[in-house]
Amino acid sequence: MRNTFKTALLAAALLTGSGSAMAEENFFLWLVNFTRQKEVQPVDNKAWNEECGSCHLAYQPGLLPGKSWAKLLDEKALADHFGEDASLDDDTLKALRVYALENAADKSWHKRSRKIAQATADGEAPLRIVEVRYIKRKHHDITEKMIKGNKDVKSLSYCNTCHTKAEEGIYDEDTVDIPNFGGHDYD
Amino acid sequence: MKLQKIVMTACMLLATSAAMATPATDGLFSRYKAQGAAGFDAARGDKAWHKETQGEDGQTMSCSTCHGKDLGKEGKHHKTGKVIAPMAPSVNKDRFTDAKKIEKWFKRNCNDVLARECTAQEKGDYLKFLLDK
Ligand code: HEC
Ligand code: HEC
Repeated sequence: MRNTFKTALLAAALLTGSGSAMAEENFFLWLVNFTRQKEVQPVDNKAWNEECGSCHLAYQPGLLPGKSWAKLLDEKALADHFGEDASLDDDTLKALRVYALENAADKSWHKRSRKIAQATADGEAPLRIVEVRYIKRKHHDITEKMIKGNKDVKSLSYCNTCHTKAEEGIYDEDTVDIPNFGGHDYD
Repeated sequence: MKLQKIVMTACMLLATSAAMATPATDGLFSRYKAQGAAGFDAARGDKAWHKETQGEDGQTMSCSTCHGKDLGKEGKHHKTGKVIAPMAPSVNKDRFTDAKKIEKWFKRNCNDVLARECTAQEKGDYLKFLLDK
């Protein structure tokens, strides 16, 4: 069965002629994505990684709905981005905005993004991921001592201080390690 | 003994090449001059770099708040804790090689530390100071 499938794939790839290598690669990428839509779509945009990863983790677009990104990724808003100037030139801003809107939580089929989209479907667009109801609920049991009082965390906004695979868009329990509280039961 | 000599020479070569401007900064220096700046002065840049201003939360801040005391070492974003690569071109060869990037960060960080954009004169002085590191 599996072999027939592989042969079929190969045939399909070969049929597309000169672009066969590309087509095959794209197809496998699609297949991998299709079967692994559990977490959050990892960032696959170089400019996003560079521009939005210079001051903090490059948050995945799938962590907020489009209406939030529309507010955040605006020329005026970026000039005062949580108290800091994060302004971009017009072309870069336009490209990043398109990328964010196309991959926002409400456009994604990844499990966590669906949850975030549901939690933010009604009402004001949150400007912070940590204000999303679903995210708040998931961190309900973590004490202030582990966050604010923890010099290696400081704020819940810094996902990657605890979620060791946050950069890959993975936020499950198996990859959590709260600094200075490692190995303990979190409850 | 011989090795020491080689290392020394290598260090000196590095030091001299670092003090030289990059094509990116050459371009910026002439742009700043065209915008009205006179000559540039590393000592003036040094002083401005370390000048403390009033931050948003009542604390004072300067460029060193995030870039650290030793420009040859990593800095740390005062709020997010994100590590900032060393500023000194002698240890970080990627520094000051991209005019667009330099201007982007001047705009942002002058606004954050000084609550205004920097003048062409100020930017040139900062650059002169940093290129020597
Ligand atoms: C100049 C530094 C800087 C740059 C560049 C920057 N940010 Fe931020 N960002 C911050 C700071 C500071 C905060 C607030 C952190 C805090 O509250 O502790 C923040 C917070 C955020 C938050 C809220 C996180 C939360 O849930 O609390 C989001 C979302 C965000 N940034 C997205 C972006 C995106 C997207 C980009 C790229 C267009 C970007 N940032 C570029 C400095 C920056
Ligand atoms: C102080 C450390 C810490 C920080 C910072 C943090 N988290 Fe968490 N997160 C946890 C812990 C602990 C859990 C719960 C794991 C469990 O259920 O046992 C968790 C759970 C989650 C879950 C649910 C996982 C699951 O399997 O149900 C998501 C999603 C998540 N975090 C996303 C984020 C995002 C996004 C950020 C940044 C905006 C963030 N976290 C910041 C510690 C942290």
